[in-house]
Amino acid sequence: MTTFVLINVTLLAILIATALTISGMRTLYAATMLTALFSLVTACLFVLLDAVDVAFTEAAVGVGISTVLLLGVLSLTRSREAVTPRLRRLPGAVVVLFTGGTLIYASQDLPEFGSPTTPVQTHPLTDVYLRQSQEDIGIPNTVTSVLASYRGLDTLGELVVVFTAGVAVLALLGPLMQPAEAREREVLDLVDYRVLRVVTGMLMPFILLFALYVLFHGDFGPGGGFQAGVIFASGFVLYGLVFGLDRAQQVLPRRVLWVLIAVGPVLYAGVGVANMLLGGAFLDYDTFAPDDAAAGQHIGILLVESAIGVTVAAVMTSIFFGFANRVESSR
Amino acid sequence: MIVLEIASGVLLAAGALFVISGGVGLLRFPDFYTRTHAAGLTDSAGAGLILLGLLLQGAGWETAVRLLIIMLFLALTSPTSTHILAHAARRDGVPVWREGDPRR
Amino acid sequence: MIFAVMAALLVTMVLALVRAFLGPDLYNRILAINMFGTKTVLFVAVAGFLFGRPDFLDIGILYALVNFVAVVAVLRLTHHDEPATGRNGDGHS
Repeated sequence: MTTFVLINVTLLAILIATALTISGMRTLYAATMLTALFSLVTACLFVLLDAVDVAFTEAAVGVGISTVLLLGVLSLTRSREAVTPRLRRLPGAVVVLFTGGTLIYASQDLPEFGSPTTPVQTHPLTDVYLRQSQEDIGIPNTVTSVLASYRGLDTLGELVVVFTAGVAVLALLGPLMQPAEAREREVLDLVDYRVLRVVTGMLMPFILLFALYVLFHGDFGPGGGFQAGVIFASGFVLYGLVFGLDRAQQVLPRRVLWVLIAVGPVLYAGVGVANMLLGGAFLDYDTFAPDDAAAGQHIGILLVESAIGVTVAAVMTSIFFGFANRVESSR
Repeated sequence: MIVLEIASGVLLAAGALFVISGGVGLLRFPDFYTRTHAAGLTDSAGAGLILLGLLLQGAGWETAVRLLIIMLFLALTSPTSTHILAHAARRDGVPVWREGDPRR
Repeated sequence: MIFAVMAALLVTMVLALVRAFLGPDLYNRILAINMFGTKTVLFVAVAGFLFGRPDFLDIGILYALVNFVAVVAVLRLTHHDEPATGRNGDGHS
């Protein structure tokens, strides 16, 4: 137990030190890199708390995609933070202190870490989810059961949020040029990195295979549609970074991506409508296999997770392409 | 089985030693290129040894396959990132440290 | 022995962190953060054995991959008109 506490204290100390250093930095590239480090440490803490799915998401999103997107933004703007006059920092400091104070005050009400008497432990609903889900749905990872089946409607809402956000960002990034219209660019900077190209070429199939594994293994271990989508996207981002945007867009044309963005919500809602046509409620997967409820749940969860994966991957990849297009055309 | 345990312990200890020495080197070496040496070389060796040590702990084949995949990934990516970093630094004209230069 | 490895990993993480804070230039930071990432992969793997949860290893695979993507991205997307080197003006002010 003491080792556990010691590890946690070390990681939290690293976390606080990183946060303080980031806030003192003016060079934004270095700050972005440290943000990635911050995410790595957070993910480690999630692992220690046994929140495997959250750790998965934090690693995939925090370290991979958001670092890439932040760097993409930075390469379009200035990379040094402007100096704010001391006087104008005052309101910010007041807000920060007030919010922080409120949070610390609120944390007094939190139950003790690992306490067995919290509502999470004692409420009958926990038992329902943990035990009943094994009979209803029969997959070991309860997180997936709750996410895709019990709270399927909420997850549909989340998917629509991802869809809307993706469409909004793409609309803001403006009219994108076709690869053919783009001016003849000089050969990419990374072209002379032959080792990098060979290694990336070797890694690509493994990355896509790993993403598929995460998608389909989400029933049994950590992972699922969101994480798999982000891994797919990081694979394509890596490809675009190393081999250039044109080749990446030949592999994944923008029109295909835009269609794929819409495919996810349509497929997800379509599953629900199909359930209704089969005589059940919206997103009642049992109707897929009337004799064996668990089998129907498996089919439903698989379809829904795939829908999530497709949309997340397409949104992330198109946003990256959008930024990278602007970066290249601004050079 | 006791042989396996001892071998695993030895590998883990060696890995820990490599990892720590890599960390000290990263902090203490005088310039970027020498630090690349500390980070890259000892890192691959340390990671490889630790993962091998874990492999010999004798968990099921599923764990073994995952450990091997991590080893493969690290063996491919870690040297590559060190290489491209050093390459980019050289292209950007980061000077090489010579005996007697100040530390940077 | 696993505990010793865990301790070694944490110490190395702190050392890499100090290098990432000190800089002095972007390359040193990237190097330190890359090393920190490898240590995280090992940390997750070792933690999986420590707590008897081998499915942690999936996360380790993901970290190894994502770390690589981040390093490639930072090299590809940094400005070229603003050299990444140079100590002046870096860090705290």
